[in-house]
Amino acid sequence: MKNPIIKLKNQPRISASYSVVGHLEKQGPLGELFDEYSDNDKFGKNTWEKAESEMQLRAVKGAIKKSGLKEYDIDLLLAGDLLNQCVGSNYATTNFNIPYLGIYGACSTCAEGLGLGACLVDAQTIDSCCAVTSSHYCSSERQFRFPLEYGGQRAPTAQWTATGSGAFVISNEGNVKITEVLFGKAIDKGITDINNMGAAMAPSAIDTIVRYFEKSEHSPDYFDKIITGDLGFEGSEILKDLLLGYGIDIRKNHDDCGLMLFDKEKQDVHAGGSGCGCSAVVMASHILPLLEQGKLGDVLFLGTGALMSPMTLFQGGSIPAICHLVHLSSR
Amino acid sequence: MKKQEYVEYVEKRAKRSPILKNCFFAFVIGGAICTLGQAFLDLYKHLGVNEDDAGTLTSITLIFTSCLLTGLGIFDNIARVAGAGTLVPITGFANAVSSQAIDTKSEGYVLGVGAKIFTIAGPVILYAILSGTLYGVIYYVCTLIWG
Amino acid sequence: MDVFVKYLLAFVIGGAICTIAQILIDKTKLTPARILVIYVCVGVLLTAINVYEPLVKLAGAGATVPLTGFGRLIANGVKKAVDEKGLLGALTGGLGATAGGIAASLVFGFIASLIFSSKPKK
Repeated sequence: MKNPIIKLKNQPRISASYSVVGHLEKQGPLGELFDEYSDNDKFGKNTWEKAESEMQLRAVKGAIKKSGLKEYDIDLLLAGDLLNQCVGSNYATTNFNIPYLGIYGACSTCAEGLGLGACLVDAQTIDSCCAVTSSHYCSSERQFRFPLEYGGQRAPTAQWTATGSGAFVISNEGNVKITEVLFGKAIDKGITDINNMGAAMAPSAIDTIVRYFEKSEHSPDYFDKIITGDLGFEGSEILKDLLLGYGIDIRKNHDDCGLMLFDKEKQDVHAGGSGCGCSAVVMASHILPLLEQGKLGDVLFLGTGALMSPMTLFQGGSIPAICHLVHLSSR
Repeated sequence: MKKQEYVEYVEKRAKRSPILKNCFFAFVIGGAICTLGQAFLDLYKHLGVNEDDAGTLTSITLIFTSCLLTGLGIFDNIARVAGAGTLVPITGFANAVSSQAIDTKSEGYVLGVGAKIFTIAGPVILYAILSGTLYGVIYYVCTLIWG
Repeated sequence: MDVFVKYLLAFVIGGAICTIAQILIDKTKLTPARILVIYVCVGVLLTAINVYEPLVKLAGAGATVPLTGFGRLIANGVKKAVDEKGLLGALTGGLGATAGGIAASLVFGFIASLIFSSKPKK
């Protein structure tokens, strides 16, 4: 395998980003930064699935508006979420007169959309696109685990699916460049515990990071931040620990969106946040503004996803995971 | 790292559930629910209901309370602390039924509520009936042999 | 029997039955749904071999309220029905004895779905 890092010569830009979150995310440490939120997580809808679509709809509208473009200017929508058949995205995108590609990478979808969109804009096949993704605690919980009112206990390594949607407009205008993309491989290390997704995803992040630094001219210290999507506490610790075995030390500049979104001590989220929306809203409203203001120079964003299906888990299968890398730069 | 090595590494480092704390709350809350049941049992007997019916009425009372607390969104908050303390008494069964019913009404009352109400309760009923029937057959054969 | 002792026994034995399940959940990979299934089957078994009935005499609701008590109702119902009707009782006795609890769960669960909607956790 050649395994090349995709270098984007024309350096497409993230022109705008927009985030929509639920009430717990609003109460979290980054609460002030988000563009929109809902008090009851319903966004004025009567089912959780419709609420999730509504978040995506608002995020896309908000991002396009912020970018100064019109809906007409956007050539493509890249959207995905966690629900079966990606219904969250399917219904949200019916509201736009824009061609739509549905993508699925579980919680890595944000990075997948950014990477794919950047490649398309870089190749000048399209001028601009909008990448959007979402997750909703209530719709995921009922699809993947138990009803909301079911009385159960969570394991300390369990993570909390974030309610939120983040959208990004990728075009040739803006301060934040996407300079490199490295797509991940599906990695299965035999983890079967639905309550320890961080451990399931960490090997995929390790694989992508090791492959990146094998080929890259940069060392880990070059980056102001190396940000993983939603490894949570457990997965982050595993990642940092095992990377040392490859001679890669990211302990100084590593951060995880799942740990940034919630206050692990004050909010009852156990090992931290997860879900497509988790990394999307943290990137859209926290990291990108810092890049735009020049407070961060180079950031590696690693969207991690646990490609989990309850059905194959019941059949005794394990949880494959994937991790896509996007190099963002404001230098 | 091989799959097996990694799985062992992960299991070794994963933070364990706080078992002493969990057991304490399971014991206290589970015990309290049983004591409450005893109080209802005595009450119904005091009101002149016979032993068997008083037991059934006690179950129904606890089931009603669980369904109500489930609907009000209180049950899962208690259960998060109580663990097996609310799961093992009949309250856990009632919560499994009513939480599914409430959750699936968005898919309609037949294929949503009607079908999914048994998601967690179904296995319990199935295996209860299976083991009961097995016992019945064995018992029947025994009565034939030993009269 | 002294009322205090009676309630204390209900509390302690009921609590102990729950604690065993908690240990199983925390120490093994058993999911709560499996625990419930195991408890019901164990209830049937212990009643069949005449171990559970003395426990009920001792602990009252402490032994009847946990799901093992549901298994006991099934076993006792089956036994009684077999005595009365022969082999047919093996099929009719179990559900008959637990009809009250099962019907109450379904009826109240259904009514709850009419009245309440699911809410996000705070």
